[in-house]
Amino acid sequence: MRWKTDNLMGWGRALTREAEIARPERLSTLSETIQESPCPAIGNRRSYGDASTAAKAIDFTRLDRFISFDSETGLLEAEAGVTIADILNTFAPKGWMPAVMPGTGFATLGGCIAHDVHGKNHHLSGSFGQHVESLTLMGPEGGSQRISLKSKPKLFRATIGGLGQTGVIVSASIHLAKCPAGKMAVQERRMEDLDAFLEAFNSSRADYQVGWLDMSAKDIHLGRGILEEAHFSSGPFEPPREPRAVPFNAPGFAMSRPIVKAFNWAYTKRVPEAGRDVERPLHKFFFPLDNVHHWNRLYGKRGFHQFQCVLPDDEAPATLALMLEAVVASGLASPLSVLKRLGHGRGGMMSFPMEGFTLALDIVNKPSAKALLARLNELARNAGGRVYLAKDSSLEAGYVADMYPELDDFRAEVQKVDPSGVFETDLVQRLKIRGQA
Amino acid sequence: MSETWIILGATSAMARAFARKLAQNGANLLLAGRDMAELKRIAADCELRGATSASAVAFDARKPAKFEGIIEQATASGGSLNAAVFVGSMPEQSEIDADASLIDGVVQDSFTGAIRFLHTLAPHMEERESGTIVGVGSVAGDRGRVGNYVYGSAKAGFHTYLSGLRNRLARSGAHVVTVKPGFVDTSMTWGIEGMFLVASPDDVAESLIKAVKKKKNVVYTPWFWRYIMLIITHIPEFIFKKLSI
Repeated sequence: MRWKTDNLMGWGRALTREAEIARPERLSTLSETIQESPCPAIGNRRSYGDASTAAKAIDFTRLDRFISFDSETGLLEAEAGVTIADILNTFAPKGWMPAVMPGTGFATLGGCIAHDVHGKNHHLSGSFGQHVESLTLMGPEGGSQRISLKSKPKLFRATIGGLGQTGVIVSASIHLAKCPAGKMAVQERRMEDLDAFLEAFNSSRADYQVGWLDMSAKDIHLGRGILEEAHFSSGPFEPPREPRAVPFNAPGFAMSRPIVKAFNWAYTKRVPEAGRDVERPLHKFFFPLDNVHHWNRLYGKRGFHQFQCVLPDDEAPATLALMLEAVVASGLASPLSVLKRLGHGRGGMMSFPMEGFTLALDIVNKPSAKALLARLNELARNAGGRVYLAKDSSLEAGYVADMYPELDDFRAEVQKVDPSGVFETDLVQRLKIRGQA
Repeated sequence: MSETWIILGATSAMARAFARKLAQNGANLLLAGRDMAELKRIAADCELRGATSASAVAFDARKPAKFEGIIEQATASGGSLNAAVFVGSMPEQSEIDADASLIDGVVQDSFTGAIRFLHTLAPHMEERESGTIVGVGSVAGDRGRVGNYVYGSAKAGFHTYLSGLRNRLARSGAHVVTVKPGFVDTSMTWGIEGMFLVASPDDVAESLIKAVKKKKNVVYTPWFWRYIMLIITHIPEFIFKKLSI
């Protein structure tokens, strides 16, 4: 296998490193590569921080074949490199779709499992890993085993959300959900402040929910934004148009305070005061940013951090207010932040979701970002919340055990299958997730 | 009636991308190559993506005895008969310089094996008075260069054959597209230094589908390689022989 020396970075581009990357196109080359030099697998690199960076990595994007599909039960087996959008585009016309879809269709099947991702329907459908029937896992010696929750409960639960630490996810069987229509009926409502927002979430009965926060609003407007509630409408599925692309890094001022403020003003005001009902094709609703390729370049060369946490219900209102205040005061605010309700569904030991509210926001990678991120991480921990490792670039290693109560079980299981730590990524090393040794 | 396509060298990244696009249009696919396990995976993938049928068949450019059987299998289904040729092999020129016997394999894989197959197929296309052959050559065939002139000369021979076959099949309503890709992001170019303007296999496949639809004769993909090669082929020999591009 030829290895390519290249810069490896997460989607946020704040953490980059030089790495040796192999990209097998055949299954036989994959096991040869692992035997030759075992290392973690990476997908489309849509995690934001350093979850998909390491000194050596196997790029899985060319192992992207569908293997089998049962049109009676909706059980799909595919190689881990297929993307969520590919599954949607291929199976929506037949009436099926991934039961859980993250905010980008570029995420791979393997990545969705390794981060146990969630979508806008988490309160109903749980996390991605809960729809995985079984999967093929390749160990450090290149041998494969098929595991399921039934056959190997501990290893399976360590693999779902397991950051690739139990081995290379080669392929997986997932239960698709029925896709009743190609369009979503979306109701958009303006939310005047944080309390109104949380209240609206708590009383919402919608299948799909997401909130967009205006991060330039202060004082009595703090937490202002738009709540989107959606359900399937009717009409056929339409494949997306060719996306536009951000061709190069935007200059530093592109995300400056006045521009962000103007953008937010326009974004909020496009929804009339009385709210509105719109129809959106599935792609536009589920993957709103995929329409612009390389949108991460808008943050310029220095990149950005994403912070996402979940906070338990009783602590959420007070802690969210503190977080928003800190972010607004910093002036590092991204244009849009996402607020969502999560249910209790989680598929693995290191899964992110817990019942409560989740906040996700982008922070421009300026020197002052460090202090803000530290403050946000601290607030999340003090509230008994959890920071999402798929997004993280700044957590304190000491916080991980507080946030992830099954960490010890996870460590024990990983130690059994990868005693020498060949699958460690930069994230895992930075946060000492495998332990101090 | 859906089209039938024979894809030679179907495990290559470009061929895979092309086969997927044909699958989405409901084609019957015969995926031919040496790695049967891999071909079966590609066939299953194509069927799930909409191919009317997709099967893996054993093909080795160096074993012409098997060619008839593949063509027979392809003619069994009705509709138009088409073929796309992605075969070829390119050992390092330095390896060839050390062992000239490697040349035979390169020429068989990239030229003589492919054209022997096409020559066996051509009468069937004439009989049906339809169908398209997509022959994937290379910009390396436009001018011999110190870095890969054995491969380049085999591809040049292939281009000349395709031009002749196009001339012949035009009389019966069948068509031949000659494709000259520049650098494509495949396992062949992965990690090699000095690559520039690298195209994705998916983009190349899309341009092939368009070329078939529009009955193009010779296409460079991506398109700008036509102009790069125009310059390269016009450098006077007394200068060119001193260059190492």
